[in-house]
Amino acid sequence: MSNYRKRSKDELAARVARDIPDGATVNLGIGMPTLVANHIPSSREVLLHSENGILGMGPSPRAGEEDYDLINAGKQPVTLLPGGAYFHHADSFAMMRGGHLDICVLGAFQVSATGDLSNWSTGEPEAIPAVGGAMDLATGARQTWVMMDLLTKHGESKVVGRCTYPLTGIGCVRRIYSDLATLDCTPQGLRLVDTVDGLTHAELEKLVGLPIQP
Amino acid sequence: MNTASVPWGIRAVSRTGYVFMINKIATSVAEALAGVKDGSTVMIGGFGTAGIPNQLIDGLIEQGARDLTVVNNNAGNGEAGLAALLKAGRVRKIICSFPRQADSQVFDGLYRRGKLELELVPQGNLAERIRAAGAGIGAFFTPTGYGTDLAKGKETRLLDGKMQVLEYAIHGDLALIKAELGDRWGNLTYRKAARNFGPVMATACSHTVATVHEIVTLGALDPEAVVTPGIFVQKIVKIDRVETLAGGFKSAA
Repeated sequence: MSNYRKRSKDELAARVARDIPDGATVNLGIGMPTLVANHIPSSREVLLHSENGILGMGPSPRAGEEDYDLINAGKQPVTLLPGGAYFHHADSFAMMRGGHLDICVLGAFQVSATGDLSNWSTGEPEAIPAVGGAMDLATGARQTWVMMDLLTKHGESKVVGRCTYPLTGIGCVRRIYSDLATLDCTPQGLRLVDTVDGLTHAELEKLVGLPIQP
Repeated sequence: MNTASVPWGIRAVSRTGYVFMINKIATSVAEALAGVKDGSTVMIGGFGTAGIPNQLIDGLIEQGARDLTVVNNNAGNGEAGLAALLKAGRVRKIICSFPRQADSQVFDGLYRRGKLELELVPQGNLAERIRAAGAGIGAFFTPTGYGTDLAKGKETRLLDGKMQVLEYAIHGDLALIKAELGDRWGNLTYRKAARNFGPVMATACSHTVATVHEIVTLGALDPEAVVTPGIFVQKIVKIDRVETLAGGFKSAA
């Protein structure tokens, strides 16, 4: 029987936050990546970008102080830090498309060993598609990180040899932070960064079903 | 003194001679939207519920133009604004990046019944295609979307060591923008993240109408802080301030 425990969502967010360097400009995608903001140490100044036109985004407002002209990409109310700025959409996307954004952290349905990303559509015929800024972020940021559970609810690996869901970008993911392990995607395939305590390299390879370089 | 209105101002003849004053202030939404033609491409500002010019959309429903192509980031929230325009059956096609939201039921229903054509565009490509139209650029190459379903059938080229996709400018006939302050030359400022698509859409359309909450005298706006210079604006209308409501996400139970 396995002898390890998964990272909780907050532990995973803290693991991602640990790797965000001083002074980085970061876009945190909708959903789980938003949690990373809560774990960036106060001693480290990091600029958060929101693609609807905010740089220097602050935490959620106190109850009763919400202003729905000041929202993040997930349409939740946020605040602006002193020094923060507003700008229009073409400027905002120039920041990512022009390679000015250091890191974006995105959720994913699937990531391939060489860094292909699928995170916008499951390709089901009756589903209504919506892409938002995912393709611009994945391709434009200097580094794209994925934050996700390693396995689906059915126990299948979301890290795959080849994505079966519609692609968001090709070879764009640099690193995968998951509840069981941190992996780098390289042109030669997966490389191990770390695992949770008690999970062996061999067990991880078995869960993923792909070779992982130590 | 004889005066006559022309689209951009007031012409007057006084004892001292001929006088012309630029005046883009419309006295009503109906006046600002008079003459919108069937089949127009209408760009509507807003991201989520921030910056949606609801009064202008209501005015467009009233005005009656149909067979419209709408360009917006989303495809309507709840039942008001863009959702109401869709529900009224005035829209043939929507060009947007994120139609599916927790409260996009009007769009969802029309799309599933095949009543509405959808062109799904990555958000940054949408902003840049609009910007390109406003800047007189016919098309551009970008890596965004390369190799994905949204680039199928599009021309590609290897540039700067990256495969890039050809994307065409999107021109509009009418832009509906929600701004904050304006003056009679059409200079505009915005409020917080409600700015979003407003400034680029204003550049890309032949007729741009903005609502403002206050009309100020010329010179009152700090020239260093004007966001949309009046050259991109044809009409401004003063409206009462209505608090922007939440929308676009599931509210906590």
